Amino acid sequence: MESKKKLFARNRETAGERIFYAVNALVLALLCVLLFYPFLYVVFASFSDPVRFAMHSGGLLVPLGFDAGAYKQVFANPNILLGYKNTLFNLIVGTAMQMLFTCPAAYVLSRKGYMWKKVLSLFVIFTMFFNGGLIPTYLQITALGIDNTRWAMILPKLIITFNLIILRTAFESVSESLEESARLDGANDFHVLLNVVLPLSKPTLAIIVLYYAVGHWNAWFSAMLYLQKRELYPLQLILREILFMSANSGTSAVTNMYTDTVKYASIVVATLPILAVYPFVQKYFVKGMMVGAIKG
Amino acid sequence: MTQANTGGLKRFLIKKARMVGKDFKKYKGLYFMAIPMIVFYLLFHYQPMYGASIAFKNFVPRLGIAGSEWVGLKHFRDFFNDVFFGRLITNTVVLSVEQIIFAFPAPILLAILINEVRQKWFKTTVQTLTYLPHFISLMVVCGLVSDFTQRDGLINDILAAFGAKRVTMLLEPSLFRTIYIVSGIWQEVGWNSIVFLAAISGVDEQLYEAAKIDGVGKVKQIWHITIPGILPTVVIMLLLKIGAIMDLGYEKIILLYNSATYSTADVISSYVYRKGLQEYNWSYASAVGLFNSLINFFLVILANMVSRKLNDTSLW
Repeated sequence: MESKKKLFARNRETAGERIFYAVNALVLALLCVLLFYPFLYVVFASFSDPVRFAMHSGGLLVPLGFDAGAYKQVFANPNILLGYKNTLFNLIVGTAMQMLFTCPAAYVLSRKGYMWKKVLSLFVIFTMFFNGGLIPTYLQITALGIDNTRWAMILPKLIITFNLIILRTAFESVSESLEESARLDGANDFHVLLNVVLPLSKPTLAIIVLYYAVGHWNAWFSAMLYLQKRELYPLQLILREILFMSANSGTSAVTNMYTDTVKYASIVVATLPILAVYPFVQKYFVKGMMVGAIKG
Repeated sequence: MTQANTGGLKRFLIKKARMVGKDFKKYKGLYFMAIPMIVFYLLFHYQPMYGASIAFKNFVPRLGIAGSEWVGLKHFRDFFNDVFFGRLITNTVVLSVEQIIFAFPAPILLAILINEVRQKWFKTTVQTLTYLPHFISLMVVCGLVSDFTQRDGLINDILAAFGAKRVTMLLEPSLFRTIYIVSGIWQEVGWNSIVFLAAISGVDEQLYEAAKIDGVGKVKQIWHITIPGILPTVVIMLLLKIGAIMDLGYEKIILLYNSATYSTADVISSYVYRKGLQEYNWSYASAVGLFNSLINFFLVILANMVSRKLNDTSLW
């Protein structure tokens, strides 16, 4: 009884602490509002009446009127749908191929005993610190003849070294006794990778899949460099035309009236999938960030 | 003499070959699995490294890399004499240093504040909201920046309410760095705080309890316990940033700059992009890029050496 009372006294907040916690909470709440407000503004603006929005000055706390015309235009824009399609293709096919290349590579680097382990690790890690540079890489990709094809968005990134190292670290931590017992049952390296190492590394695999997928979702620079055919443009490049060169993005006359709100509606349409998935994958990203920070 | 030497070499090679043969037999699976990786790295990393040799040549696409004429260090000399040389170095370093000064401490501060939140739900909410901008694509971030900084944009609206003059901010060289850094803080402050939050959670709880019994206030606890506790992490992260001081990416710069703001916005990497891929000065741009890569390489090695000395832990 006595000790419980003491414990209680020790845990009770002093007046100074209460003030500290209150100020802290206030500062953080303000910061959150500040960081999150741009999102709200974009959503409000996208639904606003374009004429009233054009005349409005300052922030928005609600949409000005309600007009879904901007969204109608966005969904009527064939470029956006095409961009979505291309991005989804790159994301699905690209991520699948990247996993197909990165997993065996990580497995090879994580094994012990064979004579090339050090050489191969150096071969891979060296590229994190030194690369040929923008121009020689560009020349190589055009020399391979994959520019102006979808493969320009996929093949040069089949293995991202940072992800490879994270995965290697995860594979290394799979207990050796499991591998040995599998080998006693006659398993070869392919079996060990598929049936022992991969199933035991699922959380890290999820992180790597996410990293690769986000990479495809955000890609625009390589698309700008290598793709001249508009029908191959990913979403971000279409978005660039709408956000930065709005004059030539639309065709119809009504576009003029909606130019501003169409920008915001496009942002919403292009960002919504990420925000919809975000709450479910946040913890994986945070975990990946930690692994990367320690071992990257 | 030579007979004996070649004999020795022969024996050595045979011995090596036998070793490889034995290794191959034992680790056949690994050998096969390594092939795609090796091919990938050769094609997309090592071949471009060989391609960087055009920095020492007058590259003509028709003649190819091997067929183009050697010119030695001509392009490097040209770069050192380039009217923009000083400006590019200054812009790169100043932008990096300002970023370290303003953007580096922000996530540390945020992590300390988040750590002091007692209600679990509030903590989770703050984390979710502050991490969010990290997941927005660079294109959208820059689109928002360019939109908000227009003459009639949101930021001008707010500043005008306080009596400031309206300006198209992205056309003002004096504002470019501020825009670049502030938008960067907006996007990454939450995300970058994760590392520091983890470091804080590693600080011994008992230190806080002891301090509390001694009647030490919260602010003093942060100053004397939290900050020293996370100092090793802070130093490592800082070294990482300093090592990358000349390694500024071009993507965000290219989206935000324009000829009106080159005087402060143009950095080495964006110059390489413009010279090489917009003006087709292949060799010259490669030389500038190679110069930059070499500096980056040595800075990273140096940062790692210092970190090893300080922390007994290497960055890799």
